[in-house]
Amino acid sequence: MHRTKIRVTEDALDANETIARANRDDFDRAGVSVLNLMSAPGSGKTTLLERALKDLDSPRVGVLEGDVQGSLDADRLAGLHIPVTQLNTDSGFGGECHLDANMVHSAIPDLDLDEIDLLIVENVGNLVCPAEFRIGEDVKAMVASVAEGEDKPLKYPLMYRSCEMVVVNKIDLLPHVDFDMDRFLANVDAVNPGAEHLLVSARTGEGVDEWRAWLAGIPERAAAPA
Amino acid sequence: MHELSIAQAVVDTATKHAGGRRVKLISLRLGTMRQVVFDSLDFYFGIVARDTLCEGAELEHELVSARLRCPECGREWDPAPQPVASHEAVGSDLALPVFRCADCGVPGEIQAGGELEVESIEVEDAAEATLS
Repeated sequence: MHRTKIRVTEDALDANETIARANRDDFDRAGVSVLNLMSAPGSGKTTLLERALKDLDSPRVGVLEGDVQGSLDADRLAGLHIPVTQLNTDSGFGGECHLDANMVHSAIPDLDLDEIDLLIVENVGNLVCPAEFRIGEDVKAMVASVAEGEDKPLKYPLMYRSCEMVVVNKIDLLPHVDFDMDRFLANVDAVNPGAEHLLVSARTGEGVDEWRAWLAGIPERAAAPA
Repeated sequence: MHELSIAQAVVDTATKHAGGRRVKLISLRLGTMRQVVFDSLDFYFGIVARDTLCEGAELEHELVSARLRCPECGREWDPAPQPVASHEAVGSDLALPVFRCADCGVPGEIQAGGELEVESIEVEDAAEATLS
């Protein structure tokens, strides 16, 4: 039986990349910058958004919430009178534990892109899969809480490497947890040299002004030539 | 990480290039910086390939080690941490991956290790397939 070898050299996630690029085109045409915000479940993404967006008038912000189920996060943010859309991950390329480009593509008709300058996509809480699936974002950031331990950058290097900003949350808990901040920051630098970080407490408000300023600066930084 | 949907993507990619012929072998290149476990991928491949042109095909892979290149001095290296006995490694710098150039301190640029690709396939020649 004769066989023929065919060279393919194609990325297995090529389909997702293609849709991600199409999403980028849609966002660019509307002049909207996009942040993909990721973390483990319970690190404080939604609370940090509540704190920051409450006092942010410019740029105009919209939020796309990604969760396996329910609209709890969207409901919390709806009170801030900013456009919020909830995506539930029942269908899509990869399943339920992350947002992929196709899911975000399906939500674009529900987003009024002309009314916003910055779209924050709050991804599903998960330190593994979201890092693998581009959705058409300009910037990726993650939240890490001090209750998670300083070894996480070494255990989840792809997530930590994929983000240009690591927001270290729940610093109000430092007196009560065994968290070595110096070791943590050294671990972040080891897997992602040059990554920025902020130390915050969504609960006490410490560092939230800097977090808000970083968010507000995204459209300008995204527009600047590389 | 999503070996089931990646296996489906592998079947789709192979089928797309097979030109209607039965696929007998699929060769993958998997970079060590991706979160894919080959044995798991192979297991799911066997399932999703049923009733497709890829049914019964063998899946093989080449593991591609990560390689970084210093943009300043051109040095190349593998960022993986050195294997050490666990009692030495806990909390020490020995356990750290190395993404900065040891000479220049500058972050290295990725040359290899991020692959998740179908490199090639082997298909049965159509004429002989009808005789077998």
